[in-house]
Amino acid sequence: MSMADNPMSIFQVAGRAMSAQLVRMNTTASNLANAGGVATTADAAYRTMKPVFRTQFDQASGMATVNVERVVTAGEEPTKRYDPGNPMADKDGNVFENAVDETRELVDMLESARTYQNNVEVMQTAKSLIVDTLKLGR
Amino acid sequence: MSNDTLFGVHGAALAVRSQRMGVLASNIANASTPGYKAKDIDFATALRSAETGSVDSGIAGATKYRIPLQMSMDGNTVELATEQTAFAENAVAYQTTLSFLNGRIGTITRALKGE
Repeated sequence: MSMADNPMSIFQVAGRAMSAQLVRMNTTASNLANAGGVATTADAAYRTMKPVFRTQFDQASGMATVNVERVVTAGEEPTKRYDPGNPMADKDGNVFENAVDETRELVDMLESARTYQNNVEVMQTAKSLIVDTLKLGR
Repeated sequence: MSNDTLFGVHGAALAVRSQRMGVLASNIANASTPGYKAKDIDFATALRSAETGSVDSGIAGATKYRIPLQMSMDGNTVELATEQTAFAENAVAYQTTLSFLNGRIGTITRALKGE
């Protein structure tokens, strides 16, 4: 990290957590957008994407934020379904359904939105307290 | 800190409150990080040791891992209800300390002006 030399501020802690939740929200959106889609081969079918979160500790400030280490494909394999009338069907008449668990994605989206909101709240509280501290004695 | 009679205990209190806000913000930031262990600063303990030693060592000695009400499957011990309550309480207490400091500054300013 480029800012490793400086102690982390509370704004970086909440800000990076917001970025991480945004990545999670984006993967959820991609997953939901591809729910119900089919492909000709199992390899071509869409698989659920998930971000991998990793804590980043800052020794200087004693605080810790979160980074997205990478985005991986996770979850079930695409399911094979016999549908010879489908234009995407292979020579045996099978299509492969995209592997997306819509319920789980919706739950993930709600949790992500709530966590994002919490970090916004942290940032606003910290900001107003810092401004009040600057006004000390005035 | 023990010789800091102008602001009494409030200078150290503000430092501990500020540090605790960072620790609680870290917990909230890591609410969905697998394996993250939530921490908190025991304010009373930190302030007591800050009065005899330094604020930093007082905080270091009073920082403890949070004991969760219920363990989660991924090893994360952040419980948002707990963290949000602690964060709100700490923010109000920070504001209170600021009021005490402002009062003290006002008193001294008036004394200096001879009002």
